[in-house]
Amino acid sequence: MLDHLTVISLLGLFVIVAPLVLVCVLGVSSLLGRPLVEETTGRVCRATMVTGLLAAAGILAVMLAHNTRHEVIDLGNWVVIPHYHFSVKLVFDRLSVPFVILTFLLCGTVAVFSGRYMHRERGYNRFFVLFSLFVLGMVLTAVAGTIETLFTGWEVVGLSSALLVAFFQERPAPPRNGLRVWIIYRVGDAALLLAAIVMHHLAGEGDFDKLFGAGPWPDVGRASVTQQQALVVGLLLLAAAACKSALVPFSGWLPRAMEGPTPTSAIFYGALSVHLGAYLLLRACPLLEVSPTLAAAVVALGLITALFAYVAGSVQTDIKSALSFASLVQVGLIVAEIGLGFRYVALVHLVGHACLRTLQFIRAPTLLHDYHLLENAIGEHLPRAGGPLHGLGPGRVRRWLYRFALERGYLDALLGTFIVTPFVRLFQWCDGLERRWTNFLAGRASRESDEVKPSSGQMEELP
Amino acid sequence: MSAWDCPWLECAVAVPLLGALCVGRVRDPIRAFRWGVIITGTALAAAVLAWIGFSLQRTTAGRGWLALDELSAPLVVLVALLHFLTALATARTKMRRFSLAWSLTSESIRLATFACKEPWLLIGLLIAGTVTPYVELVNRGKPTRVYVLHMALFATLLILGWAFVDSAGTHQDQTALATIPLLLAVLVRCGTVPAHCWVTDWFEHASFGNSLLFVAPLTGVYAAVRLVLPIAPDWVLEGIGLISLVTAIYAACMACVQRETRRFFAYLFLSHASLVLVGLELVTPVSLTGALSLWISVALSLGGLALTLRALEARFGRLSLANFHGLYDHSPMLAMCFLLTGLASVGFPGTMGYIATELLVDGAVGANPFAGLIIVVAAAINGIAVVRAYLLLFTGARRASTVSLRVGPRERFAVLTLMGLLLIGGVFPQWSVASRHRAAEQILHERQQRLSIPGSVSLPPERVGG
Repeated sequence: MLDHLTVISLLGLFVIVAPLVLVCVLGVSSLLGRPLVEETTGRVCRATMVTGLLAAAGILAVMLAHNTRHEVIDLGNWVVIPHYHFSVKLVFDRLSVPFVILTFLLCGTVAVFSGRYMHRERGYNRFFVLFSLFVLGMVLTAVAGTIETLFTGWEVVGLSSALLVAFFQERPAPPRNGLRVWIIYRVGDAALLLAAIVMHHLAGEGDFDKLFGAGPWPDVGRASVTQQQALVVGLLLLAAAACKSALVPFSGWLPRAMEGPTPTSAIFYGALSVHLGAYLLLRACPLLEVSPTLAAAVVALGLITALFAYVAGSVQTDIKSALSFASLVQVGLIVAEIGLGFRYVALVHLVGHACLRTLQFIRAPTLLHDYHLLENAIGEHLPRAGGPLHGLGPGRVRRWLYRFALERGYLDALLGTFIVTPFVRLFQWCDGLERRWTNFLAGRASRESDEVKPSSGQMEELP
Repeated sequence: MSAWDCPWLECAVAVPLLGALCVGRVRDPIRAFRWGVIITGTALAAAVLAWIGFSLQRTTAGRGWLALDELSAPLVVLVALLHFLTALATARTKMRRFSLAWSLTSESIRLATFACKEPWLLIGLLIAGTVTPYVELVNRGKPTRVYVLHMALFATLLILGWAFVDSAGTHQDQTALATIPLLLAVLVRCGTVPAHCWVTDWFEHASFGNSLLFVAPLTGVYAAVRLVLPIAPDWVLEGIGLISLVTAIYAACMACVQRETRRFFAYLFLSHASLVLVGLELVTPVSLTGALSLWISVALSLGGLALTLRALEARFGRLSLANFHGLYDHSPMLAMCFLLTGLASVGFPGTMGYIATELLVDGAVGANPFAGLIIVVAAAINGIAVVRAYLLLFTGARRASTVSLRVGPRERFAVLTLMGLLLIGGVFPQWSVASRHRAAEQILHERQQRLSIPGSVSLPPERVGG
């Protein structure tokens, strides 16, 4: 007879293996140049999602039945040499199990929806390859028991999200926006990797148990670090969370991410991906108890983000942008709740918000049609109320607020003016210096690349 | 006498040299190309057998000047593999321009270089290795001055440096000063700032295949490990480390603003070569293991990336990075290869570079937190540069073409082989990391022994195979 720990371990492996199989099947067939037909892709997606969901639900059932709140599955060391090891551990507790179930539930729903929505789309296979990577990344991040495992899933989520933003790649805007999303994600990745390394050095290993305490979430005990150390690690984690969850000042990418297909907008920026930062903070909540300064920073950032998103969202004229800012308001509030110590409230808020927002995003493409139906039925336009900024303060303040909201808080403009443009100018100037230096050494024009035209048009000229 | 007692390493070096003589006489480029593939394939097989023989410890120690050790055994195979795959993936339109005879000669010299530990012979081979690229530039009628100036400086510093080391004898202070010319020689060969312009210039003028083969094995880093690392005092290594950190960041930033694919690749390579050098100069077991693992990963991933870019160039000519090209639909396989190999080079999860970068950062933070921060930032910027290039090349409005521009079976085999190695090494990293750790321990042991016994040139007891 299997004991409950063995059952949880087996089910836990299914949770990880299901999305891994999906990635392997879709990825390898694409790499070999033999992508699956739509029907097979749909079946594989459904099968793996259902398997993962049942396994996760089974874990929840077993944990409830045996009244266990915290199970760690140690998969051993992936790499081990003297002075270094990379262990893979999965944690199933009150934080990870709901999040994994939410992931499979929403991803499964969206997979079925996408099968119809993307039908006969040129990039159908590409969409599902990236989608499968996203699911794998989400699941891995959710059940990670070490910061290194979490980082692995975190990066996979980032790449798949950025490439899906650029999905409609024949238009110039999606790739540009995809690159912006990727840049912000890379900043977050760098912060998370640094946090991982610092944690490794503080605790000797990257296990959450060692650094945050081995108790069940959320009462895991007191983190085994000083206030100063908690502040350093916590700020790095907060920076990573801010990038992933589009908190201020990194909020500019969220409306840009709406260039992607609607199903991915729903699942990424309405439901799961945008909550990943909040999830990270929930996992690292013992650090907030050690450092009140860090907790205050988290609350402040959450409230500022919520306020900003409310103001910016008030003037959006397209449904997906309005929904993305509405999401951001809730994410900001969830972050503030985490900072204030309301862990369960934040978790319930997160799960509820993710489900509602997925529904809204998926319904968004047909909303206009529904409006037309309603207006046709009643024979006149539906009443339109003034926006929340209407009648707010004197005219000058209101105009400034409108301008501020329309420019989305000038966040993109500020990042562009003070970081991107100086960066590009500086290194283009360096490039010019190098050109002069090699011309001087060569005694003639040294760069053949200067003759390469932006659009060579050589395709038809070559045999 | 068993099969492992055969001089496989010598065979791996001799076969391309003899092959170069034969292929040079073949006038028909298609026939010459077929011979070239057979010869490079034979050299690869011999190198693999030599490695297996070394791993099984069935070879006798100290045979001649060529020998394998923990460091060089996989590197020799790596060099042979890159040559084989580059020859194999050469498009028919490029066969006339890709000089097989010179490429085979270069392969022989490179294999000998990576199998050599004897200082003066190694210096000779390193200098000889710079001659064949010069011949290619001359044959193609390209400007040579930038290359010649830098390589002449490299050769002079290398000879002077080792002559000083030899003459310093048992005086440790003098040996320390004598390493300065060696240090400068290594910095020039690795393309560290400000002596890096020859790398971008070389990519501008040489064929992409030969450019790749000249830089991808990181010969300059090998020179650093063999000639500088065992004898250099800490302050010299710190100097190399600092300059390499600057180069890693500078080259990564430059890769982000490039407007042409070859220059983008050149800067990406420079940044990665510098990261490897940073790990080596921190001389801790973890950072060294990370650097040596990253070395293999960078050579494979940038090799794959270069083969992908070369395949694109064979179809579309040199490509600008100033606008979107929309090439995805013409060659989805190349798009995937570009992205996977590019991300593998920056240590994306699931690829060989992931654990290597983790080890490198971990070791660097342990030795110097500032170095760790710079490595993380450089890796992040390199990742941005790779995805930017991918989006510019493969996304955008689709262009019409009446001919098929899909990747051919030979190119597909070459890039898929490299990608397969990167993914297998990423999913099962223990074996390769353990091997690199043994090599790191051997390097550290050798360094400790030499620095504790002034003037001593004796090598530590180790597994040596020929």
